[in-house]
Amino acid sequence: MLVQFANWVQGELACSPALAKIVGILLAAVPLATVFALCFAFTTWLERKGLARIQNRIGPNRVGPFGLFQPIADGIKMITKEDIVPRSSDHFFHLIAPLLVLVSSMACLAFIPFGLGMTMSPIDTAVVFFFAILGMNTLAVFLAGWASRNKYSLLGGMRAVAQMVSYEIPLVLSAVTVVMMVGSLDTREIVGAQVVEGWATSENSGLRFLGQIAGWHVFTPWGFAGFIIFFIAALAETNRSPFDLPEAESEIIAGYVTEYSGFKFALFFLGEYIGAFAVLGLAITLFLGGWNGPNFQPWWSSDPHALLIPGFVWFFFKMFVLMAVLIWIRGTLPRLRVDQLMSFAWKFLLPLALVNVFVAGFLFHVAKEDRVWASVAAFVFLYLVAKGLSRMNQSDAPAPRKYHFAE
Amino acid sequence: MPVSDETPVDLAPVLESFPSLEVEKGTGALITQPALVLEVVQFLRDDPRYRLDYLSNVTGIDYLATVRKEKRVNEEGKTEIVKIDEPPRMDVVYHFYSMSEKRGLVTLKQRITDRDRPVATSLMPLFRSAEFQEREVYDLFGIDFQGHLDLRRLLMWEEFEDFPMRRDYVEPDDYEYEPTPHGEVLEKAKTHAGLGEGGSEE
Amino acid sequence: MTMESSVVAGSEPTVEPRGFELIEREGLETNLLEVSMGPHHPSTHGVFRMDVKLDGETVTELRPVFGYLHRNHEKLAEDMGYLGSMPFTDRLDYFCSMTNNWAYALAGEKMIDLEVPERAEYVRVIMAELTRLVNHIMLVGFFVNDLGALGTPLLYALREREKILDLFEWASGARMMCNYMRFGGLRNDLPEGWLTKCREVVDAFPYFLDEYEKLLVENEIILVRTQNVGVLKPELAINAGITGPMLRASGVNYDLRKVDAYGVYDRFPFRVPMGEVGDCYDRFMVRILEMRESIKILRQAMDELPEGPIMGEAPRVFKPPAGEIYGRIEGPKGELGFYLVSDGTAKPYRYRVRPPSLVNLTVLEDLCLGHKVADAVVILGSVDIVLGEVDR
Repeated sequence: MLVQFANWVQGELACSPALAKIVGILLAAVPLATVFALCFAFTTWLERKGLARIQNRIGPNRVGPFGLFQPIADGIKMITKEDIVPRSSDHFFHLIAPLLVLVSSMACLAFIPFGLGMTMSPIDTAVVFFFAILGMNTLAVFLAGWASRNKYSLLGGMRAVAQMVSYEIPLVLSAVTVVMMVGSLDTREIVGAQVVEGWATSENSGLRFLGQIAGWHVFTPWGFAGFIIFFIAALAETNRSPFDLPEAESEIIAGYVTEYSGFKFALFFLGEYIGAFAVLGLAITLFLGGWNGPNFQPWWSSDPHALLIPGFVWFFFKMFVLMAVLIWIRGTLPRLRVDQLMSFAWKFLLPLALVNVFVAGFLFHVAKEDRVWASVAAFVFLYLVAKGLSRMNQSDAPAPRKYHFAE
Repeated sequence: MPVSDETPVDLAPVLESFPSLEVEKGTGALITQPALVLEVVQFLRDDPRYRLDYLSNVTGIDYLATVRKEKRVNEEGKTEIVKIDEPPRMDVVYHFYSMSEKRGLVTLKQRITDRDRPVATSLMPLFRSAEFQEREVYDLFGIDFQGHLDLRRLLMWEEFEDFPMRRDYVEPDDYEYEPTPHGEVLEKAKTHAGLGEGGSEE
Repeated sequence: MTMESSVVAGSEPTVEPRGFELIEREGLETNLLEVSMGPHHPSTHGVFRMDVKLDGETVTELRPVFGYLHRNHEKLAEDMGYLGSMPFTDRLDYFCSMTNNWAYALAGEKMIDLEVPERAEYVRVIMAELTRLVNHIMLVGFFVNDLGALGTPLLYALREREKILDLFEWASGARMMCNYMRFGGLRNDLPEGWLTKCREVVDAFPYFLDEYEKLLVENEIILVRTQNVGVLKPELAINAGITGPMLRASGVNYDLRKVDAYGVYDRFPFRVPMGEVGDCYDRFMVRILEMRESIKILRQAMDELPEGPIMGEAPRVFKPPAGEIYGRIEGPKGELGFYLVSDGTAKPYRYRVRPPSLVNLTVLEDLCLGHKVADAVVILGSVDIVLGEVDR
């Protein structure tokens, strides 16, 4: 609908190409910003509510039904709060850092296809651009830590740089497998490749139904391993538990956001969640079939290719499911230590991601009739590699102990 | 039922080795001079008859000069009350137990006769548990522990000058954080000499 | 200031020598970062401060700073009657007011050889063991919270604690500041129906512990974060006067309930869990195992609770003869001692509390050196301090 509206406006403004361009950009950007700001608000509510239930509490329930308007109240509070800037901080960079986080996270969203034709910036090298812009996040976080002139902020910033740089490598390597197999860096083509061609266009509605799922990359051996690597690395990349070291409350207060208050803090908060959405959006695009999902032919339509559930609904559904998993993990797991975090990235995730790239390359060259056997063999192989790596990393494997008693 | 007590400790061997030790009447505590304390404690810790390897408690007691009254039986067989002048002193009290032998309790007191400039010997070279507790005694009583590696104030802030646990401690009219007294503090300050209407000082 | 980023492989931390300021590395000159953790820090458990010197993230020096909660409890007690200090003992370790009461009552009773009726002794055991449950479950909750588990285990611990606090409130009128014990007995008898309710709570507790253990004890992140972190050798532990679960986690068998057998503890067959390594994991596990033993004691005490008076023949005005006494009990945090010096009047001449938390902090620097700053927080959590008692 939105797409149609955009096309119509473009048509009306055809006489003035410059204006059309600006309006076009606005038409794409404004809904994006609005929708994701709302998503953010909803997620904060979901997180507080979900965590509360995990922790045997009720959670926000005062503002609106089920506390649904709590994010709005929080927003008003954040905006009206005093903005405190430490006197000895670098004022300019102190201001720039939260903006940079938000801008880079928002820009990442431009390459995610939310539905058919719903990519804000449809370019051929979307995956490369995504990672390039995501890298700016690291810079912004360190800037915040440095500009605050607070020791906790500095520690948080340092941790963030070390962590985000290390986890970016497995993140990119797991995305590389998809790019290799699909042969394109365009996110739309990657999504398109996850539909089983023959089935999706078949007359049989059951096959059509399955065809929307069966092609997801997560069901292939390299895709499965890739998805797990990507997801773990995404947790670290977005500073989510159990890798939330840069803002580890019990150790370094709030890390790089220690000296931020009011609206700047809200921007950080927003930027972080938008960043999480963007990375999860890429995970969905690369491994979970993008906007594809089990679908039906609407009863009023005679066109066998018409879909009852629009693609973007599937996309956002998947995104919130993944978000819920993040919240679940946050409510459950303790935090790793900084050296353990690093060794996990370099000694486990990175070798596994590299092996996965080779497995993908091997499978790419296997003839079609041998695919099934090769896939099973690849699954077993990857499993063994993961096992072996974890065995190698635990020279003195921690284990529960037996205790004796003195009478 | 009475409180069951620890295994009593025979003090004879240590008194034999250190003839200058006294046993305090009534409490059974060993009393020693600061100069001798390290040797005594080392003996108590290492001698197989004691093995007091656990220093539980360290604290100080401040005694002002008092006149003690004591009933005595004089030569004629009458009880009379004798006044004894007690000089001011400070005690540092240590409570020792033995963890390995499950023995205890031995109380040791360092008696410091010079109350104006109290100097004691630190047990920190022998017992780590003396570290914070002696610092606390220094902080609250002002006893200087010779041989303590890190003698700083523990509970009061560094700028604080007095020693609050001494018996003759007088609360100051105002503290550093409250340069102009008001309310109760002001009333109290007025009773002292030299203070006018407008607070203590500018 | 240049800082070396902390890309360090996960090797076992080694204790580095103290007292260096500038570290020379090839081509890179780095400074130490001095961080003052506290007094307002989320995981210093109150107003406690650690002045830490960091090399990257590694602790090279740590100095605990106390006194932010100092109110000179000992001086206050010198100016009031013996019984007047009883409510103040509640505020020492505000999680464990019952055991604080008991320790003070015990010291007072020793001074005048006061006999405590049997029922009172049993009720004291029940209250003390319930306090131990409260303290240990809170410690475990806070400890996992310090590990970064965002409050989930803590809130489950709080739920169980509430049930026990309800019992305290019912018996004594206050949830935390109970002020329940007196020289020679208890302030009032248990209300009717209290024992039934207590039995319910105690019977439900092992199920909660089972669940808790299942979730925490074998969690891999908890294992890697706590095992071989902050190892306390038994020799140092004894020398530094460490007591309580922290000492026993280092493998020293010293439980005052067994050694002194104060009260009626000699009638309860219970076991004392022992650690072997003396690291954070042992300290954590010893507490969990101690809770199970406490439940055993509680069950037996409730079964055997005799009828009778709850107050001995205490004098109306507590005026002990001149002398001194050191009374101690096994508090949940360690040896809690009261040293009372009487000059024959109704006010103590000297009143001293031997705080287990403060003495246990002696070795904090030794435990933390060479570990990461995140571990320092975990080690502090495993020491189990309450600032009301550390600063008094």
